[in-house]
Amino acid sequence: MATQHSRSAARIMMAPAVTLLLGWMLVPLTATLYLSFRDYRPMRGGDLGFAGFENYTRFIGSSSFWPSIVTTLIIVGGVLAITIVFGVLLALLLDRPMWGQGVVRIMVIAPFFVMPTVSALVWKNMFMDPTNGLLSHLWRFFGAEPVVWMSEQSLLSIIIIVSWQWLPFATLILLTAIQSLDGEQLEASEMDGAPVLARFWYIILPHLSRAITIVLLIQTIFLLSIFAEIFVTTGGAFGTKTLTYLIFQRIIESQAVGLGSAGGVYAIILANIVAIFLMRIVGKNLD
Amino acid sequence: MARSVTKQQKALNTAIAWTIGLLIFFPILWTILTSFKSEGQAIADPPIFLFFDWTLENYAVVQERSNYTNFLWNSIIISVGSTVLGLIVAIPAAWSMAFTPSKRTKDILMWMLSTKMLPAVGVLYPIYIGATKMGLMDSHIALVLVIMLINLPIIIWMLYTYFREIPGEILEAARMDGASLKEEIIYILTPMAIPGIASTMLLNIILAWNEAFWTINLTVTKAAPLTAFIASYSSPEGLFYAKLSAASTMAIAPILIMGWFSQKQLVRGLTFGAVK
Amino acid sequence: MNKSVRALLGATALCSVAVAANAETLTIATVNNGDMIRMQGLDDDFTAKTGIELEWVTLEENVLRQRVTTDISTNGGAFDIMTIGMYETPIWGANGWLVPLDDLSEEYNAADILPAMAGGLSYDGTLYAAPFYGESSMVMYRTDLMEAAGLEMPDAPTWEFIREAAAAMTDRDADINGICLRGKAGWGEGGAFITAMSNSFGARWFDMDWNAQFDTEAWANTLNFYKGMMDESGPAGYATNGFNENLSLFQQGKCGMWIDATVAASFVTNPNDSEVADSVGFALAPDNGLGKRSNWLWAWALAIPAGSQKTDAAKQFIEWATSTDYIELVAANEGWANVPPGARTSLYENPNYMDVPFAQMTLDSILSADPLNSTVEESPYVGVQFAAIPEFAGIATEVSQEFSAAYAGQQTVEEALAKAQAITNDAMEAAGYR
Repeated sequence: MATQHSRSAARIMMAPAVTLLLGWMLVPLTATLYLSFRDYRPMRGGDLGFAGFENYTRFIGSSSFWPSIVTTLIIVGGVLAITIVFGVLLALLLDRPMWGQGVVRIMVIAPFFVMPTVSALVWKNMFMDPTNGLLSHLWRFFGAEPVVWMSEQSLLSIIIIVSWQWLPFATLILLTAIQSLDGEQLEASEMDGAPVLARFWYIILPHLSRAITIVLLIQTIFLLSIFAEIFVTTGGAFGTKTLTYLIFQRIIESQAVGLGSAGGVYAIILANIVAIFLMRIVGKNLD
Repeated sequence: MARSVTKQQKALNTAIAWTIGLLIFFPILWTILTSFKSEGQAIADPPIFLFFDWTLENYAVVQERSNYTNFLWNSIIISVGSTVLGLIVAIPAAWSMAFTPSKRTKDILMWMLSTKMLPAVGVLYPIYIGATKMGLMDSHIALVLVIMLINLPIIIWMLYTYFREIPGEILEAARMDGASLKEEIIYILTPMAIPGIASTMLLNIILAWNEAFWTINLTVTKAAPLTAFIASYSSPEGLFYAKLSAASTMAIAPILIMGWFSQKQLVRGLTFGAVK
Repeated sequence: MNKSVRALLGATALCSVAVAANAETLTIATVNNGDMIRMQGLDDDFTAKTGIELEWVTLEENVLRQRVTTDISTNGGAFDIMTIGMYETPIWGANGWLVPLDDLSEEYNAADILPAMAGGLSYDGTLYAAPFYGESSMVMYRTDLMEAAGLEMPDAPTWEFIREAAAAMTDRDADINGICLRGKAGWGEGGAFITAMSNSFGARWFDMDWNAQFDTEAWANTLNFYKGMMDESGPAGYATNGFNENLSLFQQGKCGMWIDATVAASFVTNPNDSEVADSVGFALAPDNGLGKRSNWLWAWALAIPAGSQKTDAAKQFIEWATSTDYIELVAANEGWANVPPGARTSLYENPNYMDVPFAQMTLDSILSADPLNSTVEESPYVGVQFAAIPEFAGIATEVSQEFSAAYAGQQTVEEALAKAQAITNDAMEAAGYR
């Protein structure tokens, strides 16, 4: 179909993007790989020589490693579950006729515009603070003992904060998808007297599968590297240390750049496993 | 969807939707309200919602401490600059992937997305040293470049999904008529792709505006954006809810306002190919 | 700013027009503490005197540390002056990363710097950072609540007394917690507190062969005592409270006692911010009769990175910011209670300052902390609430995260100590100490 001419034109048009991204990926990747085999500790004078696989065994041998993987998966999984379930419900709701739809939509998407640092600060201090937080006032109002969110419910707190930020994104994509659903088909099923749940399950959900896939894919990419929300709230304490945070702790706080770089390589491997896994289950949905 | 509903149903929908909408928006609303309170009223028990002594004092304190307009200006330059540059690089790439796809197109797209998964902190040292050596520390150029590269995969992917929805037959027909590549772009791409490009642009401005790792680590004073501004308020001494709220409101207000004015464009295009 | 100061500034500005023509700009990285913010408000005085312009990068403590450490270890040169602490200074000095401050001017009178501060900010006898303010820790308590409980605070209390008093002052219904202490994870937060406290229980981080000591009786006693007391009389969620959280609680009248940085004294006695300003008393940090008290020693200090091109101007600034003249400038503007404390001997000889209620106790606390000899048993490291080795910050942050998890009841004290022992020994082995 495409001519020889347009093929080479295509290549030229793609060249800048591919070159830039290749450079952006290769330079840091090479640097990370190189450093991961060095005993590089700036505080001790910099590069102290070849380290073999020492950094790799040490990083994985640390008592924090496996918990950090589990924490990463819980946070990513939790946020995905919340944003997709509530995103679908919210999209269904926003699709229905109502007064002031535009205003509601604006309110729902607003959290997406808030900087992660700001949203973490606001949630932590003004809502989840055990003494002055609004939630603790609410708890006390109902006669309950306020929850100490950041220690007792640390993972849940972070999942709530991150979900709040990403719910608008999921809702918007799902809403566009719902709006494209063929109205006649739905009306026909309504005439047939199909119950609401069945209608949702057999018509709406399959129609949304593609949009859900996309939400899953894009959010996973962003969620694997969340950092500010943890840095600001718990600083990695109370079982909230993700792999990204552990790497930060090794490189910045311990100033063990070689060790942290080995962690970086593990993170790339994890990301690719997740990506391949996602592609497997969702890939067919994307064509 | 044009479905007939009764007034009662519509009222019920409205009530539920407004409740949920307000609930989701509440943290932002509360932050904005708190920014106009005194520190004492900010932590009052029971909390005061509207009937407090409105004051601009917190904004004055924050403004006195840091030159807000300077940070704001840098945020604008960096987010708009990186988005425009990103679009210049991404549009041709996405265009060609959408209209002359090869067997590897999908692999290339996936690979591009996977570059986003490298943890940023892992390459802090190499990039920091590189930026210093090239004299790009604390410069807009360095940040525009880095943030453009971080978001480029998303830009390309988003554009690719729009361009693919442009019917290929129209292009074929244009080519039959002997349209050149230039004409193809000007007369076909532009009108059909503008909604998609607009929405991509908006999403990327938001992402760039909120990027907080590189913007703090690669700046000092001249290029420091609002993310650096907020980093000086995260744990001040003593009572600080009202001042924190004022600083937070100042940091998010511009992007929030932009988002509200452009939400139609953003929503229209934010599909990532979710609709077929 | 009052009129006379403004006039004074105007006069000096006139005199220095010639200098100003040749303006230089210094970039200063600093922490967002009240004293630093105050200095930014007064920096016109420096510019007027020298013609040197100042650019401030003000960051929250953790972000600041990350930012300046990256810059100095890569020789980035982004800053002309960095605000660093007593922990970083000797390490960076030893690495040759800082400009020695051994040639400060005669008028500056470097000999006036409190010996404890100068010692902690030196490496091998050379000063590498000049203290902007210095602090130790002490007990701050509510005199009214103490009286109501029928107790009297001695000048040098024991831990047993503190625990008793805390229990007596606690009134959960009135939202009053007998004692507020740091429990937040982070080596400079809860980590600093528990380490200083452990000194008075006879514990130490390392023995002379750099073996971790968390398996000792002394550490178990420290943690059990802390947790026991805080569970009895501490605020809800104390495991997430750091300096700021506790300050805010104390200012709201929700703490009977608070053991923390001496600089907090000026905040809790400031009637603009504190509801309890007129009923605060002070005492030395508690001990256990083992010869060591539980107070720490810290300074926020100004240093010049070795790569800086503007060393001379930077030294001029440091001399200005840490001088007695600057202290007087603040006193003239904001009153003596708000001058940066703990850096200079002469400040504590100034009768105006000694009228401030917490001045004497601050000085006594500072004088009773000895970084060279902080533990009951001999230890190989320098520092009271830290060990001045590069690996410490990373290790102690992880260890304090385990401790905080124990405070929150997510693991037992024994589990936390066992993990701390393993983490520390692993890291020390990796670093080549063992």
